[in-house]
Amino acid sequence: MHAPQRSAGAAIEIRKASKRYGAFTALNDIDLHIRPGEFMTLLGPSGSGKTTTLNLIAGFTDISSGTLEIGGKSVTGLPSHKRNIGVVFQHYALFPHMTVGKNVAYPLALRGIKGDDREKRVKRALDMVKMADFAHRYPNELSGGQQQRVALARALVFDPPLLLMDEPLGALDKKLREWLQLEIKRIHRELGTTFVYVTHDQEEALVLSDRIAVFNGGRIEQIGTGRELYDSPATLFVGRFIGESTVLRGSAEVSGDETVMTIGEQKVVANRRLAGDARPVILLRPERVALKRPGADVVPGENRLTGTIAEAIYLGSGSKYEVRLADGTVAVVRSPLGAADFGIGDTVDIAFLPSDLILLPDDASADVTLT
Amino acid sequence: MPSFSRIFLGLFCLLVAILLLAPTLVVIPMSFNGNKSLAFPPVGFSWQWYENFFSNPDWTTSFSNSLIVALIVAVVATVIGTLAAFGVTRAAARTGGLLRALLITPMVVPGVVLAIGIYAVYLDTHLVGTVTGFVLAHTMLAIPFVLIAVQASLEVFDRRLETAASSLGAGRLTVFRTVTLPLILPGVLSGALFAFITSFDEIIVALFITSPYLKTLPVQIYSSITRDADPTVAAVGTLLFIATSLIIIAGLLLGMRRGRT
Repeated sequence: MHAPQRSAGAAIEIRKASKRYGAFTALNDIDLHIRPGEFMTLLGPSGSGKTTTLNLIAGFTDISSGTLEIGGKSVTGLPSHKRNIGVVFQHYALFPHMTVGKNVAYPLALRGIKGDDREKRVKRALDMVKMADFAHRYPNELSGGQQQRVALARALVFDPPLLLMDEPLGALDKKLREWLQLEIKRIHRELGTTFVYVTHDQEEALVLSDRIAVFNGGRIEQIGTGRELYDSPATLFVGRFIGESTVLRGSAEVSGDETVMTIGEQKVVANRRLAGDARPVILLRPERVALKRPGADVVPGENRLTGTIAEAIYLGSGSKYEVRLADGTVAVVRSPLGAADFGIGDTVDIAFLPSDLILLPDDASADVTLT
Repeated sequence: MPSFSRIFLGLFCLLVAILLLAPTLVVIPMSFNGNKSLAFPPVGFSWQWYENFFSNPDWTTSFSNSLIVALIVAVVATVIGTLAAFGVTRAAARTGGLLRALLITPMVVPGVVLAIGIYAVYLDTHLVGTVTGFVLAHTMLAIPFVLIAVQASLEVFDRRLETAASSLGAGRLTVFRTVTLPLILPGVLSGALFAFITSFDEIIVALFITSPYLKTLPVQIYSSITRDADPTVAAVGTLLFIATSLIIIAGLLLGMRRGRT
């Protein structure tokens, strides 16, 4: 056994929670249920309320209204040092005047764990993050990635039922980040602790999470697995925030169960309709769209829009194209390896089936928040 | 030519250093004077003024008075000044600035003005010539120095470390004891040193509130030199010069060790 003891993770139940700073509402009436042992990521742009939510759970700020339960118990008014929650910060927050070993022993000393027992647990936690050889070093002698691993060991050494991480890999370079993502995932699997992870990086969220809560403007737009968010986003914001996408806008008419949208001179058919009378937009995923020569390879029922190639990028695993459509929209298309090659300036059709497009209510704020 | 300007600058710095040090260095040969005179250059050689300092009760008592007062002031002013520094640093920016300006007034107001005020109050409250009186007055003078030194440390102190400690299970007092204090300790210690020195060599207020029964060392030096030309003053000066030099060198060495790790 390398890791600290497997512990039952705590559930988190947030109901109707709001957080206001004077006239500013950082968090507006959110509901969030996190299951025991789950890896939940709070994803969103800066200022969307994800870090505020984490701070509420950690007890660093007080809730303005609503309820917050951890492990079935209300924690309202309970200060952070009595919540028994591990927290990992973006800037590591290791104590510079203590060695790595002392840092990791700190929460144990506070809990009255002494002698052999303490040393064993420090060793086990450092083994878990592969930092056991560094116990006598000071934090300023370590790289950023090493410091963050020590911080992770320190936050887990006292076997908390819940671990919070606030953009822990934000200050690290890409290669290190990817490696540490896998480390974090492995540790989560070994421990069974509930992990709540804050990030603005959607790829990181997809790699790590059991489920993702997408935040925007102090609200949660959607909670779901990465697949659910990517394949069936509930809002235009979620659709655009997760993965790459092209948004088509035009005048839409509903006939029966179909929606027909006119884009430039051409028509696009969606085999469904929106509930209510919101203005529909079409969201396309780059790999659900094929590039074809104009008029060639027609598949019955498919939608086609004509445009010219504005950018062609070879990616090794395939190619990525940007196609400027007649109405000026730039569509992103990913072609698999072995598909026909096109060059900049070529006239092409983008083709997609009615079942492969995503129909969503338009939301102007989705454009603003992403820029 | 760059090397010429460098040599020139070097010589200029040397000149300034001599100018600053000369008055202090003059005291050293004077303290070994063979005659009872403060004339320079001294005539002959003797240890008698050092012997006088260590045997004459006027000198030993005033020295121990100063030491006692300065030690108490160092402790009291450091505690109060450190608390004030926390308040100033963590209050809203405008309130903090205002409080700070208020708290450092004893440093700005002319010493004589302060001394008159203190003397007037002490006459009524019978604090003239008491240890309590000296400690109170000197603490007031020393607080600004502690405030400035500790505030400088607090401003570079990363408050997120306190948040981290709290998340690991430390209550506020434990956070202060185990994280905040060890990290601002250099500032607190230099504040304490400043406070000690402020009290130890304070003369203006001391002249007003002294009495024949309680003299501090600066008062004794002053009255000795105005009464007769006693080279014991030079001996005291030399001892103090050596003591402070040693403290500062130790401080520098400690700082260098710290900087290396």
